[in-house]
Amino acid sequence: MAVCVAVIGKDNSPKFIKCASESCAIEFHFKVHTSIDIIEEKLNVGNKAVTDSRELFLGLLYATDEHKIFGYATNTKMKFVVVLQSSNASLRDNDVRMIFRKLHLAYANAVCNPFYIPGDEIKSKAFEAVVNEIMGLA
Amino acid sequence: MKPQISDLKSHTSGSSGEADESLFEYLHAEIMNYVVSKNVPMNKDGEENLTRLEHMGFYVGYRIIERITREWPRFKEELDMIKFICTDFWPPLFQKPIDNLKTNHQGIYVLQDNEFRLLKRLGNNDSKQYLCESPRLIAFTCGLLRGSLANLGIVSIVKAEMTSLPSCKFHVEVQRV
Repeated sequence: MAVCVAVIGKDNSPKFIKCASESCAIEFHFKVHTSIDIIEEKLNVGNKAVTDSRELFLGLLYATDEHKIFGYATNTKMKFVVVLQSSNASLRDNDVRMIFRKLHLAYANAVCNPFYIPGDEIKSKAFEAVVNEIMGLA
Repeated sequence: MKPQISDLKSHTSGSSGEADESLFEYLHAEIMNYVVSKNVPMNKDGEENLTRLEHMGFYVGYRIIERITREWPRFKEELDMIKFICTDFWPPLFQKPIDNLKTNHQGIYVLQDNEFRLLKRLGNNDSKQYLCESPRLIAFTCGLLRGSLANLGIVSIVKAEMTSLPSCKFHVEVQRV
């Protein structure tokens, strides 16, 4: 299961971030922040070789000894980052894709709340419930 | 507007009841009446203040785009996005795609709808009778366009031009920084 889920806005500002435990939150914040660079690189139009794939799912951004970091960017320039434990080998690419799909649907639903002001942080219980489910905290 | 706007592919056949399709028009007409009745002070040059309608459109457009582009492959460039607006965003809302798209490839796009849904009840065959009231019916859609483009990352100014009634041209000016 995921250990950290983050939503990053159009302007790379944090919209939502949740980590498995408070004690390592800083570490995850740092990792998510670093991954923005790689996402930008993958999205960069000038870079033809990378932009061949037009899928929203960006795949593995980078892997460390303990963690694997996956990215996803929507057509509306929102970015989702999910950190998984490297030791968990049972999760395949397709499972990760499903996680992002769920996250994207939950995000779209959260945005459609008329009281949500675009660009604000996401403070939706329904969205958080989906994130909890992804992280196996439900 | 259909209840599930995300299932774009399934309802292009247009097989839903009349009542479904009219709801949006009725609601839009009432909102327009409400907004117009609320603003007594007019601008200096006799133009009505339609900012509120435009604003509502903006946020509706912003939200629809988030949902409607969910299953779409990534857009490569600006023109792809505008084309998407013409062919895939317009039909679920207005029951037909945009008829004509013109661009100077420098950030100006003109989207022409020959029989715009919100105007077609006003009269056909170049009638000029309601021409001066029709901006009220267009303000929401201008906002809708601006909001949807804004969420796609295009900051723009949208203006509308009407010369003969059921048709309408939307001028999109992309703002570059």
